[in-house]
Amino acid sequence: MRTSRPLSLIALGAASALVLGGCAGGETTPAAPVDPADDAGSFTLYSGRDEALVQPLIDQFTDETGIEVEVRYGNTAELGALLLEEGEATPADVFLSQDAGALGALANADLFETLPDDIAGAVDAGFTSTDGSWVGVTGRARVVVFDGEKYTEDQLPDDIDDYTEEEWRGLVGVAPTNASFQSFVTAYRVLEGEDDAEEFLTELTANDPQIFDGNGAILTAVDEGVLDAGLINHYYWYQQAGEVGAENMRAQLKFLEAGDPGSIVNVTGAGLLSGAAENADALAFIEYLVSEAGQTYFVEETYEYPLVAGIDAPEGLPSLESLVNPELDLSDLDTLSDTQDLLARVGLI
Amino acid sequence: MDARRGPRRPPLALLIAAALAAAAASIPLVYLLVRSLEAGLPRIVETLGRGRVLEYAANSLGLAVATTLTALVLGTAVAVVLTRVRVPFPRLWLLVSSLPLAVPSFIAGYGWLVSVPGIQGFLPSWLLLSAVTVPYVTLPVAAALRGASGDLEGVARTLGRPPLRAFLVATWPQVRPAAIAGALLVALYSLSDFGLVALMRFPTLTWGINAAYSASFDRAQAAILALLLVVLALAVVAGERSARGRLARRPARAVAPRPVRRGVLLALLPVVAVAPIIGVAVPLLGLAQRLVQAETLRSIDGPRLLAAVAATLGVALAAALLAVLLALPIAALAARYRGRLVSAIESVGYLGHALPGIVVGLSLVFFSLAVVPALYQTTAVLVFAYAVLFMPKAIGTVRAGLGDVPASLVSVARTLGDSPLRAWMRVTVPLALPSVGVGALLVAIATMKELPATLLLRPTGVETLATELWNRTVAFEFGAAAPYAAVLVLVAAVPAMVLSGIRSTAKEEL
Repeated sequence: MRTSRPLSLIALGAASALVLGGCAGGETTPAAPVDPADDAGSFTLYSGRDEALVQPLIDQFTDETGIEVEVRYGNTAELGALLLEEGEATPADVFLSQDAGALGALANADLFETLPDDIAGAVDAGFTSTDGSWVGVTGRARVVVFDGEKYTEDQLPDDIDDYTEEEWRGLVGVAPTNASFQSFVTAYRVLEGEDDAEEFLTELTANDPQIFDGNGAILTAVDEGVLDAGLINHYYWYQQAGEVGAENMRAQLKFLEAGDPGSIVNVTGAGLLSGAAENADALAFIEYLVSEAGQTYFVEETYEYPLVAGIDAPEGLPSLESLVNPELDLSDLDTLSDTQDLLARVGLI
Repeated sequence: MDARRGPRRPPLALLIAAALAAAAASIPLVYLLVRSLEAGLPRIVETLGRGRVLEYAANSLGLAVATTLTALVLGTAVAVVLTRVRVPFPRLWLLVSSLPLAVPSFIAGYGWLVSVPGIQGFLPSWLLLSAVTVPYVTLPVAAALRGASGDLEGVARTLGRPPLRAFLVATWPQVRPAAIAGALLVALYSLSDFGLVALMRFPTLTWGINAAYSASFDRAQAAILALLLVVLALAVVAGERSARGRLARRPARAVAPRPVRRGVLLALLPVVAVAPIIGVAVPLLGLAQRLVQAETLRSIDGPRLLAAVAATLGVALAAALLAVLLALPIAALAARYRGRLVSAIESVGYLGHALPGIVVGLSLVFFSLAVVPALYQTTAVLVFAYAVLFMPKAIGTVRAGLGDVPASLVSVARTLGDSPLRAWMRVTVPLALPSVGVGALLVAIATMKELPATLLLRPTGVETLATELWNRTVAFEFGAAAPYAAVLVLVAAVPAMVLSGIRSTAKEEL
């Protein structure tokens, strides 16, 4: 007891110092949520797309408009969870998302302001929200990546269902926890119905697929010759090729038949957070994303499909029209929880 | 001996301070309960009943058990070799054996994948996780061995016991508390690790939690899985408490390292080298290989790199201080007192360590917006999150340090007329200080490597080495990522080196 009382006093002092320290820390650090109304000419962006790809575009926007952008980078899932947790209190004005599913989930939680018609209407229906809650920015095609030293492109099936055949046992890589894989499964459910989707996934699971954490890991495995084929998005290949040179890529891409659920085009997109309704600067940025300058940037730098009419797709890619599935409404991709239940039922997650 | 067990009832002020610290540590738990209960009981039962959940839990537990046993045996063996055998350059060897601490598990995993594509599953997860966690056992056991008496072991040997038997009979009981405390950290680290198991595609509970967030922003399902993880962690903490035991410490004279033949020395070398090779050398070579492969190594942005280093050091220092301050009352309580309340407070203190960073991050988003909205996305909340996450690293070592201070010495000081405070300052503080330092350094290293909570809570625009690294690896700029990885390992290696050099000289002089 004797030795401990002084210790406890110190401890108590420490605890109060902690509280005081916390407050002091708050005063010396400028509080992050800057009210845009007080500070005209700037806004806060949560970017679910990574810095190396997006920052040059933001710099370009700032150069042209003088509007400063505070950017918070993270992955789409983490920022989506963050925005749901922050709710109305979010310091964010704009959310730039890696996929339509995340935008749908935030729209369902009523976190987005409806966009003006000239912005929401800049992109054709099918690549954007139906209710103007967010706007599509770029398109990304689902593809099959395969080992170019083992196969030629015509040896690969055109139909996603054929990848559950016996000859592919243990050879196909999937990332069931990845948002874009789940968007694909959602598309399958929407296009072919729940029963067929469950049958496909059951067969896929029974065929001993290789489970990965993400598209990048699948591409790397194929490129290193340890995996025969995998389901990914097209631009991962182009980004990797940009890093190491296209001629050094062992992995090659197979575009499935148009209309097949395995070949859907998902989108990235942007939404205006409900607290930023009056923020013209934030809106100007979303407008810029679907302007010619913004669209051209994505085509040239990230090898994604432009969604605004009159901008050419990246060279070497099949035309967007040849991939488009007219029966699929991207706003249906927000039923992710049903997809997840299905994946859990078949034992993939 | 009775004197060091101390009085039965802890002083109220200490109890209150410890309870406050435990309350801070329990914020994530409260958050998880709120989110889980929102979902309702049927949903909880349904989620836990899924076949995969059982598999996740079994995988988590199996990995934690295998890793902990490996780290315990190997770490103890390394510590014995380094303290009891005369090796050339002993300081250098201790330093090398502590280096795996500086390598984030995701870098270790990535470095191996580059060199040996296709490795996956339990085996590599177990080996790599063991390699990067061995120092958690090596360092405290080496410190304890330096202060342990070798006399008894010598006696046992003269009585004809074989060396291993003599060690187990005479020396092990003296280092067991330190070894078990280290093993607890290893177990909790294994349970909460996400980066490595994700890369090795070994589905554990953390994988399931992350999948629930990234799949449908299903916070309820993620919370339910995280609660299951908490239950596992509490079981581990309870197991540690029963294994730890309590021992009277005898005044001890450290034994000088013994010279051995060159052949024996060469045979012992792999024991010391295996973890640094698996956990440090191979991954770093793998990264270097990637650096060369990258067609154009983008020019390194010097000022930006420096800014990240400064931010990393700043938050790591602040987090280490805060975590030690929070851990002190809990450790003081646990070192001297027993009882249900003490057990409960100590267990809660360990919670943060078993939770994935994303859970702690989101719980503090929830907490700070509800309680201190003005501090949201400031460094203050970020540092607080680190303290919650890594407080257990300090609790274990500080408790062991305080527990090692012989109560008889304090009594002597009191008999000589010292006031309680003066006796505490003169006896307890200097003797326990090295352990407090060890705890602070462990927190600092962990903070430098942390990613998910940093991504969620950092002030907008502030980048640490870990977030910069992440920015580049997701963009497939492995060439550009390599310098950040190298600097991160270098910066984290500094406290690891300091750790390896801390000698409990005070104890040796006893």
